[in-house]
Amino acid sequence: MLDIVPNGLQTARAAIRVDLQFIADLIRPGSRVLDIGCGDGALLEYLVNFKQVDGRGIELSQGGVNACVSHGLSVIQGDANTDLATYPSDAFDYVVLSQTLQATQEPARILADLVRIGRAAVVSFPNFGHWRVRWQLLARGRMPHTAALENDWYNTPNIHLCTITDFVDLARVLGTVIERAAILGPRGRTMPDWAAGSLGNLLGEQAVFVLRRRDK
Amino acid sequence: MIVGQGGESKENIDLPAWPPKVIPVWFLESREWQPPIMTVPLRPAAEGPAGRRFARRLFPPSNFPGHRLEFGPDQPLKLDCGVELAPFTLAYTTLGTLNADRSNAVLICHALTGDQYVAEHHPVTGKAGWWEQLVGPGRVLDPKNYFIICANVIGGCMGSTGPSDLDPATGKPYGLSFPVITIRDMVRAQLRLVDHFGIDQLFAVLGGSMGGMQVLEWATSCPERVFSVLPIATSARHSAQNIAFNEVGRQAIMADPDWCGGNYLAEGRNPHRGLAVARMAAHVTYLSEQALHQKFGRNLQDRGRLSYGFEADFQVESYLRHQGSTFVERFDANSYLYITRAMDYFDLAAEHEGVLAEAFRGTKTRFCVLSFTSDWLFPTSESRALVHALNAVAANVSFVEIHSDRGHDAFLLDEPEFHKVLAGFLAGCAAHRGLKLG
Repeated sequence: MLDIVPNGLQTARAAIRVDLQFIADLIRPGSRVLDIGCGDGALLEYLVNFKQVDGRGIELSQGGVNACVSHGLSVIQGDANTDLATYPSDAFDYVVLSQTLQATQEPARILADLVRIGRAAVVSFPNFGHWRVRWQLLARGRMPHTAALENDWYNTPNIHLCTITDFVDLARVLGTVIERAAILGPRGRTMPDWAAGSLGNLLGEQAVFVLRRRDK
Repeated sequence: MIVGQGGESKENIDLPAWPPKVIPVWFLESREWQPPIMTVPLRPAAEGPAGRRFARRLFPPSNFPGHRLEFGPDQPLKLDCGVELAPFTLAYTTLGTLNADRSNAVLICHALTGDQYVAEHHPVTGKAGWWEQLVGPGRVLDPKNYFIICANVIGGCMGSTGPSDLDPATGKPYGLSFPVITIRDMVRAQLRLVDHFGIDQLFAVLGGSMGGMQVLEWATSCPERVFSVLPIATSARHSAQNIAFNEVGRQAIMADPDWCGGNYLAEGRNPHRGLAVARMAAHVTYLSEQALHQKFGRNLQDRGRLSYGFEADFQVESYLRHQGSTFVERFDANSYLYITRAMDYFDLAAEHEGVLAEAFRGTKTRFCVLSFTSDWLFPTSESRALVHALNAVAANVSFVEIHSDRGHDAFLLDEPEFHKVLAGFLAGCAAHRGLKLG
C-alpha cells in the first residue's frame, strides 16, 4: 500500500476499497470535497493525492481522526448528527457520505444538509433489500448478518437501514434530483443495466447515489 | 527527568527530584509567626540563591541568553488601551536557519507563565526548555527543517518590556503605571519581530493555552501572514470560570502587604507570598482530579501520621507549596497581573457582534485545533465551538481531541499521540507549501 505520490506524502495509499474507488471516480479533479464519516481517511487521501481535491473530513472516532490528521489530512473530530448544521450552503462541490447514512439519527435531515452544503451529494449505503438479507429474515426469522451488516441487532451502529427503493422514495420526498445512481454487486462491481429497478433492489449489495438540490 | 518550568508547569507528573526533603513554607505564613526557615530577600543584595535571582529580577535581564530587539521612542507600539508604548524591547530566542525564500519560519507563542526559552536552558531555574519535548533536533519541530522563533510576550518579565522595567519618563519601575496590554498587543509586538526578519508569511504559528490565544489572534488579525496555525488547549474567548480563577490569583497578590500597591520594586520588597498562592491556585487548574489522585492520593509527606496542625501533612499540599516557592523565583508579580488581565480581555467574537465565525471569514490559513480530554480549564467544548465557527466559513480545519488524564498541562508533556498529530499536520502543510522536510 505504500507508494510515492505526487505531492510528497509518501505513505499515501494508491489502492482503496472498490466501492470507495467507485465514489472517487465520480469526483471531478480539483474540486472541493467534504467526506463525512471518513474513517481512517482512505478515500480522502486518495482524492487529495490523485485527484488534487481540496478535501476535508469529519469522523467520529478518535482513532480515525488521529490517523487522518497524522497523514496530513484536514479532518475534524465531529458527529454528522450535530456538526453538519455548522457548515454554510454550497461550501463544497461534493459532500460524500459513504456507508454512514444508515448509522445516523435522522437520515432525512442529514440528506437535506448534504445537498445544502454540497453542490452534489454522493451517498452510498448497504442495501437492506438484497436477496441475502431478505432470505435470512424469511427463512430463519432472525435479523440478517451479511458482509456489510456484520453486527448483532443489539450492538449494531446501523439504526436506520433502508432498501434502494426506500432511498429513492426519500430522495423524492426531500425534493432532490437523483443525478446518478449505481448499484454495486459482489465485490463492489457495478451491476449491469438490466439490473435496474426492483431487480437491482434484490441483487445489489450496496448503492451509490449522486443527489442535487432541485433548484440547482 | 525534570523538564522545564513551562508555560504553566510541567513538573507535576514526572518529577523524580520531588518531593524535596525540606519544603519551604515561609511564603504561606503571615509575618507574625514566620518561622526562620528562609530569610525573605528584601533587597537585591540579599544572600542566598533566591536573593541573587531576585536581584537579577530587579534589573533588566539584559544579560540573559538569547536576543533582544529594541524599538526606540520613534517606533512606539500602539496598544489597544490607546497608549503608545515606547521605547520597548522584545526578548526572543531562535533555533535553526531561515531559508532563502523565508518560508520555513515557525513562531511559538508561550503561555501565561512561559517565556522565550522554549528549547534551551532557563537562565534563572537552569531547567530544560519548556517545550523541549516538541522542539529540538530529532523532535517534531526540528531546527534542521524550521527557523523557530519564540519571544517573551510584551508585559512579561524575561526581557521583553513589562511592568518591572524602568519607565523612562520617571526613571522608576513602571509598576501599575504600565499600560494594560491585550493578546492583540502581544501579537502586534511579535509582528514587529517577524517584520524585522523580513518574513512575509510564517509557515506555522503554534502555542497552547494563552499561547493558543495569540495563535488565534494571528489567524484573525493578520491571516495573510500565517500559512498554518495550531491553537492548542485554548479558546476563542476566556470563560467566566477562567476569569474567576485569574481574579483569585490577582487578589492573592494584591492582598500581600509586600505588593505595596504595585510599587514593591521601588520599595525594595517582593510580594512572593501572594504570588506563590496565586500560582498554587492556578496550578490546581492545570491538573486533573485523576492526575492528582494518581500522583498523590491522600499520601502523607515525610510522616507516618497526621500532625493535627497546619503543616503540609499531605504530599499534595507539599507539592503545591513547592510549586509556589519555585515560581516566585522566576516570575514578577505585576507581570502576573498584567498577563492574566490580557487573557481575561480576550474575546475574538467581540469585534464581530458576537459571531465568532465572522472573525475567520475568507481565511486561507490551515487550522489544526487540539484539545485534551481531561483539560477542564480549556475544555474540548471550547475547541469545538472554535471548530464550528471555522466550519461556518468553510475554513481548512483539522480538529483532534487527544486522550490524556493529565489535564491542561498535557500540552507541555510527553504525549506521543499529540506529537504524532502535530507532526502529521505539519508534514501535510509542508507538502502544500512546497517546503521540503529533512
